[in-house]
Amino acid sequence: MPFYVSPEQIMKDKADYARKGIARGRSAVVLQYDGGILFVADNMSRTLHKISELYDRVAFAAVGRYNEFENLRLAGVRFADMHGYTYDRSDVTGQMLANAYAQTLGAVFTESNKPWEVEIVVGEVGDTPDTDQIYRITFDGSVVDEHDFLAMGGSAERVTAALRERYVKNASLTEALQVAVHGLAHENGERRELQATSLEVAVLERSRPHRKFRRIQGDRLVRMLEQANAAVEETAPQTPDDGGATDGV
Amino acid sequence: MSEAFMGSGRLPSAFMSPGTSSFVDFLNQVSPDRLPNLADLPSNGSPAHLTPEATTIVAMVFPGGVVLAGDRRATSGNVIANRDMDKLFRTDEFSAVAIAGAAGIGIELARLFQVELEHYEKREGRPLSLEGKANRLATMIRSNLGLAMQGFVVVPLLVGYDTARGEGRIFSYDPVGGRYEEHRYHSIGSGSTYARGALKKLYRDDLTETDAALVALQALYDAADDDSATGGPDLHRKIYPLVDVITEDGHRRMSSEEVESLAETVVAGRSERPDGPTAPVR
Repeated sequence: MPFYVSPEQIMKDKADYARKGIARGRSAVVLQYDGGILFVADNMSRTLHKISELYDRVAFAAVGRYNEFENLRLAGVRFADMHGYTYDRSDVTGQMLANAYAQTLGAVFTESNKPWEVEIVVGEVGDTPDTDQIYRITFDGSVVDEHDFLAMGGSAERVTAALRERYVKNASLTEALQVAVHGLAHENGERRELQATSLEVAVLERSRPHRKFRRIQGDRLVRMLEQANAAVEETAPQTPDDGGATDGV
Repeated sequence: MSEAFMGSGRLPSAFMSPGTSSFVDFLNQVSPDRLPNLADLPSNGSPAHLTPEATTIVAMVFPGGVVLAGDRRATSGNVIANRDMDKLFRTDEFSAVAIAGAAGIGIELARLFQVELEHYEKREGRPLSLEGKANRLATMIRSNLGLAMQGFVVVPLLVGYDTARGEGRIFSYDPVGGRYEEHRYHSIGSGSTYARGALKKLYRDDLTETDAALVALQALYDAADDDSATGGPDLHRKIYPLVDVITEDGHRRMSSEEVESLAETVVAGRSERPDGPTAPVR
């Protein structure tokens, strides 16, 4: 029983489907700080990650359906390792990975009935803040080159608005984490207290030798969150004595 | 397959299937030509001058870690092929590999082993145990057996800090992939006989990191003294042995200044007493 549905309608339906799927999950944010790029995800699991290392300078963050973005993460790791082994470690770039992801997601979106309900970010830390690269890739394969900060998943618009309120360029890591937590706490319009146990935090640290990716977890995360909260309670713009005091923001 | 992939830009299905955690197995599946698998090498002719040989490596554990040191010389027959070769490879945060034997193949093996460990760690979200790393390397050497039979022998030495046990460990290998855990200290390469003698006399259970490095340099000096394929500290060109230290804090290569001052101590000592420090008779 053939019936006609316009291509526009098909695409629109697919996009709505993917958006709804992504909006069901919790958010993740990515922001630049003075020493690199910070990734924070609202994630209750300690073992199922939304943030991961792809290569020396390149990291991955995703929201949406776990099995789908895990699939992409795995493919990215393989792609990066194969490319780096074939040529040189310095030849693996965030842009290359972002392109591969965009092509893959684009093809899935147009060719299959069910689009993937994922949104991902590929971040590459450069030698200077100006050379940092952050790419956001959405379910239909479109790529956006981002700067400063971004939020994805859940109620990304509200989180973005909350980030915009507080974000400052070249903030210290503690300050950036505080901004990220502030943003994520605004999800679904509710104000929630986010604990260390429900946060997945990682950084691409510019000054780190070899592999720049590092997870911040356990006691270190608890301590950083306490510092960040203490800094907020002072509210006045005086810089806290947490080691990030030298930033001329 | 890889060509098709580069053309369309889309990640091919092999990349997206759950498959294996091993990079070597994956590469073997999608693009075997990129592996250093030279199974079809012609079996006639001598391989003697195809690749330079690399020589003395010493390793020893000390409380809290392990030290790995290597000389810098590569030889091709009686010719010095390279004076500042790096035979030590950081394979991940808590392990390093050094190679002796056919340099060209050894370097490739070390590079592949490094990717193998990282790949596993990224996929699984946790690193392999040191025991797992040691076993993986054994398999990789075994797959190189055909090459070894043709004269391209590569023997690695794996050192690492075992985070579960909280101590440094040393693993040696034979060309067939046999894996042997060494206690306290070990040496491989053409000068290893002499180095091992020195280690035997100078080793103590309570060496500090710096003293362990110093003992390693003494052992390398003795190896270079008696083995023409091992290079001693080259004070004029400022080429000194390389020393890697792995502790709870991870892998660290000693700075050239640090090694320089230790090497100068060794050389100064030898100008007084050419055969080096002595151990007590009883």
